[in-house]
Amino acid sequence: MDHRPQAWGRPRDDVYGPYDASYLHNNQPKTATQSPIVTGTSVIAIKFKDGVVMAADNLASYGSLARFTDVKRLRPFLSTSVVGFGGDVSDMQFLDRHLNELAIDEAYEAEGCSAGGLGSSAQEPDASPGASKGQLNAANLHKYLTKLMYRRRNSFDPLWNQILVAGFDSASAPFLASVDLRGTAFTSPSLATGYGAMLAQPIMRKYAATEEDAAKLTRDDAVRVVRECMKVLFYRDARSLDRFSLAVVTRDGVDISEDEVLEQQSWAFAERIRGYGTQTV
Amino acid sequence: MFRNNYDNDSVTFSPQGRIFQVEYAAEAVKQGSVVVGIASKTHVALVAIKRNAEELSSYQKKLFPIDEHVGIAIAGLTSDARVLSNFMKQQCLAHRLTYGRSMPVRTLVDMIGSKAQINTQHYGKRPYGVGLLVAGVDDHGPHLFEFQPSGMTEEMVAFAIGARSQMARTYLEKNLDKFADCDREELIRHGLKALKESLVQDRELTVDNTSVGVAGADKAGVVEPFKVYDGQEVSAWIESVADDKEAAPAGGSGEGETMEVDS
Repeated sequence: MDHRPQAWGRPRDDVYGPYDASYLHNNQPKTATQSPIVTGTSVIAIKFKDGVVMAADNLASYGSLARFTDVKRLRPFLSTSVVGFGGDVSDMQFLDRHLNELAIDEAYEAEGCSAGGLGSSAQEPDASPGASKGQLNAANLHKYLTKLMYRRRNSFDPLWNQILVAGFDSASAPFLASVDLRGTAFTSPSLATGYGAMLAQPIMRKYAATEEDAAKLTRDDAVRVVRECMKVLFYRDARSLDRFSLAVVTRDGVDISEDEVLEQQSWAFAERIRGYGTQTV
Repeated sequence: MFRNNYDNDSVTFSPQGRIFQVEYAAEAVKQGSVVVGIASKTHVALVAIKRNAEELSSYQKKLFPIDEHVGIAIAGLTSDARVLSNFMKQQCLAHRLTYGRSMPVRTLVDMIGSKAQINTQHYGKRPYGVGLLVAGVDDHGPHLFEFQPSGMTEEMVAFAIGARSQMARTYLEKNLDKFADCDREELIRHGLKALKESLVQDRELTVDNTSVGVAGADKAGVVEPFKVYDGQEVSAWIESVADDKEAAPAGGSGEGETMEVDS
């Protein structure tokens, strides 16, 4: 009788022959995500004088197949910031759950601070419901996401996303920044991921090339520019959709509408396009 | 021979429901020299009496900066305080690195609270033999926290721990209502007066044995970083609370402000 713990619960060798343990341990190398599977395309965002406008379409593609057409790729954080995800949708879901946890922890912490103590009672109640004192702002969140993405890249298991973070920094100025699967981080008055970086960014730069320009833009201007960019993206990006989400972050909070539709499309330009497919000239 | 069978480790309850190791640790806090902390709406101050082992030796530090916005005052085993202080410094730095902001004071205090509590519930571990007053400023304004070896932490308006600290606490309780609206200098003077209450008969505050630490936050949330003042830097404050100045309306501090006279 074999009494070794390794043999517990196994068929007896003397009855069934030697046990083939080879498929108990898998000798393949560990493989992390090597390419995204279900993907979201561009996220675009532009600053204006009182905040930031962000947009992304509601499509999750499986390769070139438009697989899911009602995916929400803009997520609010603590109702003070918005995070927009391009790239792998499962990694987006992972990050979304993770950020939810973070937001809950933060909310508890803020409650602890306001529950008692001299310091909190000394301060006036916050004027705006959006800006909550002492909680993670968009700049803090972006810094955190940068560290998270860079750490995952360094363990050769990247989260395959390009992320835009919009909200306000500690000086209560509009904040917009990007981080990608390698942890590369930067900010700009307007930002776009994926195809948007090629197609939408030049249009947005016409309106907000510098911080000064962005500070002159009104909310309506910014929304109009973003809608225009979403239309151009739908015209030219084959992995895009005419239904999209639009988020406006101001000091009053986050306003996300998730069932926007592209209007006044004109495909007249399409027949003039040459140079692909079965055309001979 | 055996006075107590239930104090060999920190995991055994006595039949009366007490854990003696934790109580002994709290006793160690009372062996340390006294430290006082007070918070107002705008500032938080720590003041402490330093002790020297003998006439020829230097004085043991009592106040330690943790991060730009936080500092601690210790009473009890200095070597245990060193462990907690290093931990707090690391956590503050890590928070700064990952979030790009200074750590909320409550978050920090909760961390050492949990850390210390674990030591009271595992066989072979012992509680920290040190009590802390944690002073700091964050987006919610100035904060003062008390930390006990049991892992208990509590936010305070004013508090004193260490040897003979009861006298200082009595002074603080008597003047409790004044603290909220004190300015920086008044707050420090209240701290030093509380400290004087705890002194033994023939000792007094000197530039050698007194430490002062202050941090501040104004309405806009701008922070005066936590800074410790020692030696000659505290002489003006000590003079301003000297016994013969007590009755005089004009303060002896360099700022030339009128001093509040307490009944």
